[in-house]
Amino acid sequence: MKISTIAELLDAQVLCNEQDLDKHVYSACGSDMMSDVLAYVKDQAVLLTGLVNTQVIRTAQMMDMVCIVFVRSKKPTPEMTELARENGLVILTTDKRMYEACGKLYANGLRGNVTKDE
Amino acid sequence: MSEAITFRFDVDGTDFTSAGQASVQVKKNLRQLGISPEVIRRVSIAMYEGEINMVIHAGGGEAEVTVTESSIKIVLADHGPGIADVALAMQEGYSTAPANVRSLGFGAGMGLPNMKRYTDEMKVESEVGKGTTVTMIVNIPRGT
Repeated sequence: MKISTIAELLDAQVLCNEQDLDKHVYSACGSDMMSDVLAYVKDQAVLLTGLVNTQVIRTAQMMDMVCIVFVRSKKPTPEMTELARENGLVILTTDKRMYEACGKLYANGLRGNVTKDE
Repeated sequence: MSEAITFRFDVDGTDFTSAGQASVQVKKNLRQLGISPEVIRRVSIAMYEGEINMVIHAGGGEAEVTVTESSIKIVLADHGPGIADVALAMQEGYSTAPANVRSLGFGAGMGLPNMKRYTDEMKVESEVGKGTTVTMIVNIPRGT
C-alpha cells in the first residue's frame, strides 16, 4: 500500500518527507510498546503509535521502517520531526484512535508481519 | 576486510532521550562497510535494546563493536546493580523496570529476549552490586 493511500484512509496530515508519499509499505504494526515493535516487525513497514518520544523515531530507524502514524491527534515534537526528516521517515498524524486506524488499514488490505516478497 | 575494526562508545546513562545514539552510529558505520542490510538490522536492534537497558537499569556504560569478515561482536558493559537471576531476566515479559519506563515504551520484559532473538550467540555475565557485561555475536553469512 502506498503511503499516500494510508494518509487518505486515515484522513491524516503529513508532517515531513512529503516527497516520499509514493513509497510502498508492505506491513503494519500498531503498538505503544517499542520492544514489541522491535520483536516482531518486518521491513518496509508502517508503525502506528500513540507514544510520543524520540525513541519512537529511533525504533523505526532501527527497523528500517518508512512511515510512522501518530494516532489520537498526537503530534511529535519539532526535534522528533527533524530526526525523522533526516532519516527519510514519513510522519503522519491522524485524529483516529488506534483501533479504528489499524482497522481501516487492515480492511483495505494492509496486513501485519509480512515482507515485501510475501 | 582483512583486519578487525573496532568501534567504542560511552553510553550516557542520564538522558533517556539520547539513548540509542551509539546504535545509530554503528548502523551508519556498518552500512559504510558494505555489510548486508539484514545483518545490520539484527546488530542494530540487539545493540539498541542493550543500550536502552544500560540507560534504564545501570546508569550507562561502555559499548564496543568489533567487525571481522565473518562476524560482528557487540560487548556492552555497565557498572550498575547487576542481575540477580539471569535465567529469570531472560524470560519474555519479566521486567524490573519502573512504571515510568513503561510509559516511555520500554520495560515490557522484551529487551534481553529480543537481544537473544536477533543474535547468533549471547552471553550475560553479571555480579550483583558490580555490574553486567553482555556479549553478543552476529555471524555474517558468506557471500553477503
